Parts: sequence; structure tokens; C-alpha cells
Amino acid sequence: MLSQFLQFLFSGVTVGATYALAALGFTLIYNASNVINFAQGEFIMLGGMLAFFFMQSGVPMPLAILLAIAIPALVGIALEKLAIEPARDAEVVTLIIITIGASLVIRGLIQIWLGKGTHSYPAFSGSEPIHIGGATLLPQSLWVLGITALVVVALWYFFSRTLAGKAILATSCNPLAAQLVGINTQWVLLVSFALSAALGAIGGVLLAPITLTSYDVGIMLGLKGFVAAVVGGLGSGLGAVVGGLLVGIIEAMAAGYISSAYKDAIPFILILFILFFMPRGIFGAQVTERV
Amino acid sequence: MVKKSVLKIVTAAALAVGTTLSAFAADPIKIGSVLSVTGPAAFLGDPELKTLQLYIEKINKEGGVLGRQLQLVHYDDGSDAGKANGFAKRLLDDDKVDIIVGGSTTGSTMSMVPLVEKAEVPFISLAGAVVIVEPVKKWVFKTPHTDRMASEKVFDDMKKRGLTKIALFAETSGFGMSGKKETEALAGKMGITLVATETYGPKDTDMTPQLTKIKNTAGVQAIFVFGFGQGPAVVNKSYKQLGLTLPLYHAHGVASEEFIKLSGPAAEGVRLPAAALLVADKLAANDPQKPVTTAYRKAYNDRYKEDVSTFGGHAYDGLMIAVDAFKRAGSTDKAKVRDAIEATKGYIGTGGKVNMSATDHMGLDQTSFLVLEIKNGDWVLVK
Repeated sequence: MLSQFLQFLFSGVTVGATYALAALGFTLIYNASNVINFAQGEFIMLGGMLAFFFMQSGVPMPLAILLAIAIPALVGIALEKLAIEPARDAEVVTLIIITIGASLVIRGLIQIWLGKGTHSYPAFSGSEPIHIGGATLLPQSLWVLGITALVVVALWYFFSRTLAGKAILATSCNPLAAQLVGINTQWVLLVSFALSAALGAIGGVLLAPITLTSYDVGIMLGLKGFVAAVVGGLGSGLGAVVGGLLVGIIEAMAAGYISSAYKDAIPFILILFILFFMPRGIFGAQVTERV
Repeated sequence: MVKKSVLKIVTAAALAVGTTLSAFAADPIKIGSVLSVTGPAAFLGDPELKTLQLYIEKINKEGGVLGRQLQLVHYDDGSDAGKANGFAKRLLDDDKVDIIVGGSTTGSTMSMVPLVEKAEVPFISLAGAVVIVEPVKKWVFKTPHTDRMASEKVFDDMKKRGLTKIALFAETSGFGMSGKKETEALAGKMGITLVATETYGPKDTDMTPQLTKIKNTAGVQAIFVFGFGQGPAVVNKSYKQLGLTLPLYHAHGVASEEFIKLSGPAAEGVRLPAAALLVADKLAANDPQKPVTTAYRKAYNDRYKEDVSTFGGHAYDGLMIAVDAFKRAGSTDKAKVRDAIEATKGYIGTGGKVNMSATDHMGLDQTSFLVLEIKNGDWVLVK
């Protein structure tokens, strides 16, 4: 029984870690601009698809991975420069709609360039499962978990210990005041788009050996990542991680213990419950609107 | 002003005369098609469209059919059955096609069926489910094997190995659900007990929870997965991760080289029913399907630099049956062509030997399916 529980837990944590990475990307951009970037899922897709493309064209694995993270970061910058910045005086809702448009464009371009097939590449350190307490875990899952943890720590350090990180936080609190004290808010937006795109791409690169990748893989991952971000409380880094893990684990437990037919429905029902009692998510800030 | 409109009329008249003249000379035979070239079912529609384009071009170069050129009129339904219905209307009302070859998914096919039945235009579908030809619809035919045939073939092979208690693991897609229904109905009749039934979503990335459940169910002797696309490859990976050793069977929906590539070493030992096309090079030299399957593979490979899939083969069969029917009917008269299609006998295609009749609008039997096993990353025929 314990081994069964462990198996469900491993499955949930692995899937949950990927949702967490996606959720962190949402959080970063939300913090900098109050925009929910629905192109976040496409950055995940870009990471996996580009890594596959470069490896297939004979680029050594480490370089391929580096490129697969750097290029989406550039795409993130381009997205900010070409689509968000020209419309910066528009309302937040308009900006969100722009990101949906951008996601369609990115998906479409990749579909035409790299085709509609599903792809995969070998796991980083073999695919021989590790046995723990009667359950099994893929080495790639450890990569996913380890890198996610590293990213979380790095982000925490960046936001609480560096001037640049604090500048981003300040901009999110009050853009006008931040500008008055000499923070280049335009630069802040650019950095947060690049950072969250790179974050999404890292997730995509790590995931592709386990979950396979294709041009449309970003839709579902983006959606689940968004759900995770909302559950954890939009804007909270810790919340994004907890939210992601929670959604992943609930999904796996529901599939294992209740019925696989309701697997996708149960987390959403629970999320409705959480939001009903905690409308700002688990770690959401208690904000009062000024009238 | 006046001058201008006069000029317009003259041009229009000239154009009209021009078109009627050329229409007289060689009015092309219009082959209509609605395929899912984009969207989730793109892996069906994409090779289907490529195949149709490749062979229509080829046939035209060789002089066409009945001395007339073939013209392909195709629309992409984006894997949306609702759109397929709209495009079918356009094919029938505006384009006035002579025949429709298409409908990548069962959903889009079924949304087109009422329209073609009403318009009385022959329709050869490229989708799998039994409902398309059962009950028989006067104007509707299909080329792929049905899901029921796939289950039957799998059960046959299981029984040969003495496996009678199995777990069914079906995808929540239209294909998987239809397969689940057929498999459940068939199991009792063939003396197979389904001791566990689980499902997974087509975009799921980890199937270990469901497989753990199956693993812990007492008495399971084999696992039968019914799905297509990337899901079954993920099933293989999860199956390998859990260290399961039960015989693993898949349905015909995954019969492509891509499936082996995606699953990697996890595909070893997997069995599935498939048409001869996949193993064209391994068929006996005297196999009647050898020439047609190797020729199609070569033509497709040369042109598109990618591996053939069973689905492109369905389009090939559909087009060839249509062309054959035009020739035998001696015209494009819709009723005559329909009768000719129904009278198709002994056509050897990529899917097998086709013998249609008034009660069978698919014309394939069990012999057209082979059981394949994946060994060392390649298909092996199971005798």
C-alpha cells in the first residue's frame, strides 16, 4: 500500500514541479506588469522543441540546451519590445489579449518551421528507473525537481538580495514611485519577460524526455501552470511552487485512488474550493482596494 | 464612365467564353476533400493530403482519368467536426465536386455524412470507426480498418498465448472511447475477461498512477492500450518505469515509425495489429500487397523525405478506389460511380484486399491485419 502511495506521490511531484516552473513564469511577469502572460506555455514548448531541433542537427547536448534557453529569452524580449511596449498605455486586459495573440503566432510559426510531429530526446542521465520503497522514479524526474529547487532559490536570492531584483519588486508595487526614485521601469519589464521566458524554456528542456514535446504542448502546460499560480496566490513565488506541486499531487492521487476518468476534474473542483475560501490563493497578499 | 463599363463587359464576356471553351476541351474531374491538416488530428490529415497531392499530380502527368485531368479541391477542418460540415457544404454546393475522398476523423466524417447522403455524391471516408459503414449508408464508403477489427485481431493473438484476463487502458479521445466501447462489447463474445478498465487523457504526461493500479489488480495477464498519437508512447515509458512485464498490446492507431522513435527502448516487445504497409520490406516476395506497398513507400519517401504512415495509405487506397470506379463507370455520373465503388472486387491496396458489396462498404477482412511486434527498434511480423 505504501509503495502504491509513494508511486502516486512521485508521479504527482514530477508533474507538479513542471506546473510550478510554468507558474513561476506567470508570477514574474505578473509582478512586473500585472499582466498575465498567456504566452508562457509557448516558452515551455519553445524550450523543448528547440532543444530537440538543435540536438537533431548535431549540436552537442549542453550547447543545444543553452541555445534552447537563450533563444526563448530573446523571443521574450522581442515579445515585450514589439507587442507589449507599443501598447503600454493600454489597459491590462488589452495586454493580456495581446499575449494570447502572441502565443498563437509563436505556436503557428513553430508548427510551420518544425512540423506537427511529436518529438523526444534521451534523458540526461539514462532512463533506468530508481527504486525507492517499492516505487520507481525516473532519473529525469530528479533533474526536474533539482533544477526547479535551484531556480526557486536563485529567484529568492535575486529578489531579496540584489538591487535589480528589488527594482523589479518596487516597480510591481508602484510603477510611478519606482520611476521617481530612478528605476528604469522599461528595463524592468524587459528583464522580467526575458527571465520568465528563460524559466519556461528550462522547464520545457527538462520535460521533453519524460513527456515528449510538440508544437502544441504549451497549451495544456500553460493552463495548468496558470491554475497553479492562481491557487498559490498570483504574485507569490512560494505560492507558485506550492500551487504547482499541489495540483500535480492531487491529479496523481485522484487518478490512482478514485478514478482516472475524473483525474482532470478533481483538481479543478478542489481549486474552486480553495478560491472560494481564500479568494487570493494560499499565499496571496491581502490587498485592499483604495476607493 | 461608359467606356469603362463597356470594357468590363467585354472582358467578362471574353473570360466567360474562354472558360466555357476550356471547359469543353478538358473539364477536370473534381475530387473534393476535407482533411484535418492542422490541429490535434494533424498526424492523420497531413500525410493524407500529401498523398492525395502526390498521386493526383502523378495521375495527371500520366494522362489523367477518362482523358480528363483530376483536380483536387481540399479544405482543412483544423480537426473540428463542425467545420468539416461547413466545408462539405461548400464542396457540394459551390465546388460541385464529383466525389469526396476525405474526412480524417470519425467525428468529421459523421458530420459530413448527412450532407453527402442528401446531395447523393459518392463519399470515401478515411476514418476508422465502425459507425461510418454500419448501418450501411448508400453513398458512404471507407478505407481504413475498423476499431472492432483491431480488437478482434489483438484478442486472437492473446488467446493464442493463453491470455484471457486483461486490463483495458483507453484514451479519452473519440478514437479511444469508440475503441473502448467496441472492445468491451467484443470481449465477452471472444471469451476475454476485462478485469480492469482505466482511461488517460490524450495530453497526459505521466500514466504511472493508472498503471500502478493495473499492476496491483489481481489476475491481470496482459494490458491492451487503445489510443493514438503521443499518449501510447507515454504509456510505454510509464510501463517501463514501473518495471511491468505483462504483455503489452496497442491498437492500430499507433502504427507509425514515430511511435517507435518516441517510445525509445520502452517500445521493446510491444505488439499491435497493423496493415502490411509498415512492414512492406519484410513481406514475402509473392505477397500480393508487396508491389503496391513498396511502390507507395518509395514514392512518398522520395517526395517528402519522411516515413510513410498507415494514414497516408488510407488516402492512397481511397483515391485509387475512386479512380478505378471512374474508369469502370466510364463517366463521372454519380450514381454509376457509386455502383462501381460498391462493386469493387479484389482491389489490392495498402490496407489489404478490398471486396466491397451492398452490405459491406469497407470490404476488408481479418486477413488484412497483421500482428507486429517491436524488436530492436524495428517491426517484426508475428506468425
